[in-house]
Order: sequence, then C-alpha cells, then structure tokens
Amino acid sequence: MTTPLLSIEGLRVEYRSSTGAVTAIPDLTLSVAAGESYGIVGESGCGKSTLLMAIMGHLGINGFATAGRILFDGRDLLQASAQELMRMRGHGISMVYQDPSAALNPTMKIGRQLMEVPLQHDGASPKEARARTERILTDVHLPDPASVMARYPHQLSGGQKQRVVIAMALLANPKLLLLDEPTTGLDVTVEAAVLDLVGELRDKYGTALVYITHNVGVVAKVCDRVGVMYLGDLVEEASVKEIFANPRHPYTRRLMACVPRLDHDKHTISFLPIPGQPAPLHARPQGCCFGPRCTGFAPGLCDRAIPLEAVAKGHLVRCVRHERDDLFAPAPQELVVPVEARDETVLAAEHLGKVYDLGGTLFGMGSGRQLIANEDLNFEAKGGEVIAIVGESGSGKSTFARVLAGLQPATSGRLLVLGQDLAQLGAKQRTPQQVGAVQMVFQNPDATLNPSHSAGFPVARVLRKFGKAKSGRETRERVSKLFEMVRLAPHLQRQRPGRLSGGQKQRVAIARAFAAEPDVLVADEPVSALDVSVQAAIVNLLLQIQKTQGTTIVFISHDLALVRHLADHVVVMYLGKVMEIGPVRALFEPPFHPYTEALLSAVPVPDPTVESKHIRLSGETPSPINVPKGCRFATRCPRKVGAICDDVVPPARDNGDGHLIHCHIPLERLRQVEPIFQPEAAG
Amino acid sequence: MTAAEAPAAVAVVKERKRPSLVARLPTSPIAMTGIGLIVTWIILALIAPFLPLPPPNQQDYASIAHPLPSAAHLLGVDLKGRDILARLLWGARTVLTVAPIAAISAYAVGIPLGLAAGYFGGKIDMLISRLGDIILSFPIIVLYVILIATIGPSFLNIVVAVVLASGPGIARIVRGLTLEQRHLDYIAAAELRRENALYIMFVELLPNCRGPLITDFCLRVGYTIITIGLLGFLGLGLPPPDPDWGTMVKEGTAMISVRPHMSLFPAIAIVTLVLGFNLLADGLRELSLKD
Repeated sequence: MTTPLLSIEGLRVEYRSSTGAVTAIPDLTLSVAAGESYGIVGESGCGKSTLLMAIMGHLGINGFATAGRILFDGRDLLQASAQELMRMRGHGISMVYQDPSAALNPTMKIGRQLMEVPLQHDGASPKEARARTERILTDVHLPDPASVMARYPHQLSGGQKQRVVIAMALLANPKLLLLDEPTTGLDVTVEAAVLDLVGELRDKYGTALVYITHNVGVVAKVCDRVGVMYLGDLVEEASVKEIFANPRHPYTRRLMACVPRLDHDKHTISFLPIPGQPAPLHARPQGCCFGPRCTGFAPGLCDRAIPLEAVAKGHLVRCVRHERDDLFAPAPQELVVPVEARDETVLAAEHLGKVYDLGGTLFGMGSGRQLIANEDLNFEAKGGEVIAIVGESGSGKSTFARVLAGLQPATSGRLLVLGQDLAQLGAKQRTPQQVGAVQMVFQNPDATLNPSHSAGFPVARVLRKFGKAKSGRETRERVSKLFEMVRLAPHLQRQRPGRLSGGQKQRVAIARAFAAEPDVLVADEPVSALDVSVQAAIVNLLLQIQKTQGTTIVFISHDLALVRHLADHVVVMYLGKVMEIGPVRALFEPPFHPYTEALLSAVPVPDPTVESKHIRLSGETPSPINVPKGCRFATRCPRKVGAICDDVVPPARDNGDGHLIHCHIPLERLRQVEPIFQPEAAG
Repeated sequence: MTAAEAPAAVAVVKERKRPSLVARLPTSPIAMTGIGLIVTWIILALIAPFLPLPPPNQQDYASIAHPLPSAAHLLGVDLKGRDILARLLWGARTVLTVAPIAAISAYAVGIPLGLAAGYFGGKIDMLISRLGDIILSFPIIVLYVILIATIGPSFLNIVVAVVLASGPGIARIVRGLTLEQRHLDYIAAAELRRENALYIMFVELLPNCRGPLITDFCLRVGYTIITIGLLGFLGLGLPPPDPDWGTMVKEGTAMISVRPHMSLFPAIAIVTLVLGFNLLADGLRELSLKD
C-alpha cells in the first residue's frame, strides 16, 4: 500500500478556558490517500470542524493538539515551523470555509484577492497571476471571468461567492482540499451545482478532498470513503456504499434512520429519533461515547475503552456489540397515524399579494420601485391538514408566513381563516380570537426565545393573554402540561434559553404556539437549523401534537425530502408566485412543473446507489424588484418553449385532484419525462 | 418503547454553570480595584459624622497661619481655617448622592425615549433622534454653564442639567440596542400574543440591553462626578458654605504656588472616585467580552 497523503495518528485536541480544559478530540486516527475523497459526517459538536482546524493549524489561542501526529506528505504538521506551515498552505493544503461571504475580504476586488495567491506563494508576475486567475475562474464555471475579477464580493450571489472561494483554494494547486460544509447556506439547486463542480474539479486536478458535512445526502454524492464522528471519536469508517448499505455502529444506524427520504412519507414510516443528547465534552462517558444513548449498552462491556475493529475490508467500527443486530434494529415502532383531514376549509388564500414599496425616488416624485414578495397566491387547506410551502430563498414563502400570522398586512387579495378575511389585518387589528387562531413557530432557535426570560415565561404569558388560564395555579398547571406535551422536563421551565439546546428551544417555541390552542400553526422552517436527529424528533412531535389537537399546519421549508415526509398538500413557489400545487403524492410524480423537476433532481439523495437525473438551472434568480413579465421561471427554465414564456403568464393546467401546474407546456408533454431517481445500472 | 416516548429523555444535560456577570466580578482585577476605590469612598462618606473630626464648616482661626497637615488637622486646613479632611468626607456625601441620582434620572428619561425611538421607528424615531442630535451638538461644557448660570446652582438644577446633557446619549445607546432586537423572533412572538407596546419595550426589550447599560452607567456616574467638580470649579457648584470638591479645588488655586495641598487633596479625591467608576466599567466590559 502506498503511503497516504494525509495521515492522522492518535490526535488529541483540547480546548482550555477559564473553567478548565475540555477534550474535543480524545484519540483520532485516520488517513486519506492521494486523490481520494473522504467525508466526515457528524452532528454539531462532534469535533469535525476542530479536526479541520487542527490540520490547518488554526486551533486558536485556547486550542491545543496535545498528542499524536498529523502527517502530510510524510511531514508532521504539528511539529512544523510557521514558515513550513505557510508553504504548506500555499502548495499543499487549501481550505474552503462554510460561509463564503466571511472568507472574502469585502473591501478588495475579487481579482486582487485571487491574484494574491500566485503572487504570494509562487512569485508569479502580475501578468501570469492574472492569466492563471482567469483560467481558474473559467474552470469553476463563472461566466465572464474578467468582469467577475473587477467586482467586489457583495456584487456576487452566494453561489458565485462559493465558486470564487473554491477557485481561490485551487489556485494554490493543493494536493489536499479541506471543505467545511461548503454548501450549507446555499439553496438546493445552487448546492447541486457546487457539488457537481467539486466532483468535476477533483477529476480534473486529482486533488484529495476531506469533506465535512452534516448532510448524509451530500456525502453519498461526493465521497469515496466516510468517517462518522461522535463526540470527537471516529465511531465508524467505511466506503460510502458500505456505510449506507451496511451501517454497523449504533450511532450510524440511528443517524441514517433520522434522514428524511424522498421515497417515504408519514403514512409509511415514522422517524426514529435518537433518545437523549450527546454528553457534554467535559463529562465524556466512560468507554463508548454513545453508550448513554445506545439501546444495546451493556455494563461491563461498553464502559471500557473500545478499539476500532475491522469488520470487513476497509470497514472499521468502534463497537463491541455491532454484530447484535437485534439490539439495534429499530424497535417495532408505532406509526404516528396522521389525522384525517376534516372536510372544512380552515384556511384559504384568494389572489393574495404582498408588495413592498421601496420608495426610492427622491422627494417621492414619480412612482417608487416595488418589491413583489407574493403575487396571486391561491390555495386552501382543510382542517387537520399539513400544507407545505416549498421554495428557495427569495421565493416569498417567509413573507407569506408573516402575512398569515399578522406580522405584516397583505396588500391585496383575501386570506380567509375560519371564514374571516384577515388579509389586511395585522396582529394589532385582529381580535384576540383571530390572533390566537393563527400562531407561529419561527426558524432560528436562538432568536425565538427572549434570553432574559425563563423558558416557561412566554408559555405562561400566552395562556394569560388568551384567557386559557385564570389563576396563577391554573397557569402553572397548564404550563407543566404543555411542557409535558413537547416532552421537556418540568425543571426546564425555570431555565433561561441560554441553558437549552437548539432542539429544546424549538420545543418551547412549539409549546408557546400551542398554548393559544391555534387552529392554524405556521411553522417557518422550524427544523432547518437543527441536526437531523433533532429534526426527526421535532417533526415527530409536531405530527403527534397535530394528531391530538387537529391543528392545520402550514409548514414552510426548502427541504423537499422533509416535505415529502410530512405534508398532505404542497405549494411550490418561485419568486413570489405559485408554480405548482397539489397533493404530495401527485407532486412527487410526473407530470412535474419544470421548476419542481429541477428542485427534485437537485436534492442530494442519501443513497450512493441512486443516480439522480441531471437538471441544473443556469443563471441566478431574478430580482423580485424587476420580475419577468410572463412566467417567473422563464429566465432559467430548462424546458422553455419560446417567446410565449417570456410574455404571457402561463395557464394553470389541471391534472385532477387539485393538482395544478402553471406552465405553457401541455400536461401530456409534461407527463412524458423519465423518472428523476434511478438505481444505478449495475444494481 | 414507542417512537412517541423516545424523546422523553431529552431532558437533563448537566451543563457547567455559567455564573452571571456580577458573580464573575471577583475574577477581574480591574473591576475589583474599581469597586475597592468606590466602596472606600462610600464607607468614608457614611462614617464621616461619627469620626472625631471638626464640623466641615467650622473655622479654626488659630490654624489659618499654619495650614499644612498636622496632628490636629490630618490633611491641613483651607484658607478659612476649615479642616480639609472633614470637608472632603462631607463633600463625598454630596457627590455620592448627587452623581448617582443625576445619572439615574438621566436614565429614567433616556431609556423610554430610546426604546420608543427604536421600537416604533418612523416619525417617532425621527423626532426623538433629531432632538437628541440638536442637544448633543452643543459643546457639553457650554451647555452646563448656560443651564446652571440661567437656572441657578442647586442640587435639583444640577440633576436637571445632567439629565438634559446625558439623556440624549443614553437614548441613542438604547435605540441602537433596541434596533438590534426589534426584528428578532421573540419580539414577533410577543406581538403574536397581543402584548402592548409598553410591555414589549420594558419587559421584552429592556432586559436585554442591561449589559451595555450597566457599563455605560458606571462611566456616566464618573463623568457626572467630573461635571459636578467642574461646575464647582467654575463657581456654579452647590451653594456655599457646604463642602463641594470642585469648589474646594477652585478656592485652593488662589494659594496654589505656596499651599498646593489645598487644591491637591480635593483633586485627588475627584480622581480616585472617578477612576473607581471607570475601572469598574472597564472590568465589566472586559468580562462581558470574554465569552
């Protein structure tokens, strides 16, 4: 066997702070061969970013690699001098960070920032540097490199910035490219394009990759070998096919079971969340780090140091009982039988529109510019239904959520909740019953609770404001009941949000929303900031509460797999308008709206044996200030018919059962498409 | 075990307790030095009446000829033969009453204005912010002198002057802190349970402003002490004969080349007390940044 390009041996990383030292990585060994793509998967706090920082020598002032070696090309990076490291970063290792806007200097033009690399590390002449930079920008498929180089970072979109950052990393001709969640903040269609690019560049330059992500689907798409990390330990390592087909470690098994898939929904399967939470780093469990959450934990066996054991060629597992499938097989679980939708219309939007006046003209003369956030929204939801609104950033889905909840009034159309038109009414103008009828769960768990108040406080406040509890005692009892409903321990009522995890905060937010006994719950990306195992638990929770309360849920999301799991009806939005609407099953089968088709093909499928159809959108989403006149999607549509798409608003084509597709292409032709997902020919 | 019961374990995570800012004060040597200086002055001011000192306004004509520190007068006497130590300690009582009261009053005016400007925005913000800008555009010393010279020096008028001069600055800070939170989801959540504006401003927004405001308060008390000293020095301090540090410095300047202690001791008093508040503010800021 040839010597690996990167070889980490017995690495131990500690962080020291005023409250003592914690071990982020106790003892980690792995290696990456030249040209290989190695994925590291794990949930937040598992030490994956720490590992990259250790390789880069960027642990910060309080981080220390206290043991082990990091051999790159045979040299130990931990022993290298600052000068050697500098050279290494110039030619050996490059890194692409998660947030592209933080990786680029906002005051420097793209060209100057990129040219710095060859000028600094290779002593290239300015002319050479410019030529190389232009070449690499062409390689990352940025149209018109010369004009990109003359621009500042804020003049580029998120996807373009990430391409620039990748170009910058590649300019150094690295043998190893480290990628830290490079697509996490990007829309799914942009993510798909960036992943394509990474794969393509890897083929072209033969660069080895270490790819860190929490998204199992992304790993399936770009990696050869995968390491699963938990609490700083590598718990399992195998080839990508092996790990998906035959996960051995209980954590890997449970993690895989939490990932939403496009071929399942709530009627066929329930997520099986992992009980408990990862132990805090300063109280690392004895022996198996997953022990306290494991169904197969055996005292005397699992609480001793456990070595990585080879179970097959190239498949390592850190578990002594991995052969006992019976211990880890998902317990025959009760399906959360979804509620049957009642036959009453609880929510209906009729030609609903929301336009922001940007003013913009000096002294208010002439007509100001307008930002069209929502236009002509039409749909209805029955009692007890989950209606999902899907779209990428800028599609106007969050604006609709805010209009529905009354945080902003609509500018046109009608919004009927239980028969009453609330479109023009903000929360202040609505009656208490109307406000209580529509409650909301927000996206960001860190902003949803006031850091100054205890977790129980807002819940109690809702009960009092809506007259759900009269006396102090009754309030306390009801708060306790609600905490029980969202499965939070009673003592957490008195905790400040700073002490709660992201999932716990979202549970409190759900308790707060349900305290008002709403008829409609608006959930604006409630799980997008959470780890998949936490996401699974929250989604289950929402479905369970819905089952007992019969609430109608408007679920806003960009995650199609998740929507597939829990929605009954789906609305696909693009640039403020509905592209397609229909029952969830109809939506995930042909005929598709071309945009839905593109979205679906971009979803990274958590299965390496499935090949997705390759549809990539070109260009950028147009500005909502200057929307296309005809079909909103016409500028990027891969199936554009002709001038009619640009000029004429497409008709709604009725596929029956409430399935409407807004497209100029007739249904018969929309129906004639190949399936988006296919098992690999060999399989 | 059903899927429904599984997440019940999402409960106890033993986290290391993160002590509050105040509880962590002892870990900051800077803050502790500041507190030491302030507490020393507070104790001295409190026990002044019980110390074996001559009354602050009593003139000891015999010692006018020998004003330097002696066994009878530890810090010497001033031009009128009054005991400097006694006057310093009694002066501390005045300063330590006026400065915090003036600063608190300024906060009582500045906080609601800042909250209203930040929360409502629009025309209300415009009105409050522009009025504040106008006041802040005056050189602050000139503002004080004009005000006190017009309405006359007294305890109440000094408070009024400080409120006018400091209020807009406080409002501006609070407005900024409010704007940071205005669009956070917990404010939207409060609106979705029909909380009124006053509640949102004072119960939801204000508590999250407290960190920067505590630091600012310490600094502002220090500045107010300087202001009171300055007004005294300009002859606009509290009416004589009651002791006032600024006035003492000024009276001493007549003899500063031969009897510097008459100005020096009150000047040191002002410096140490202001330094105490500034160090405390520095320490608090450092602690709040340390996370």
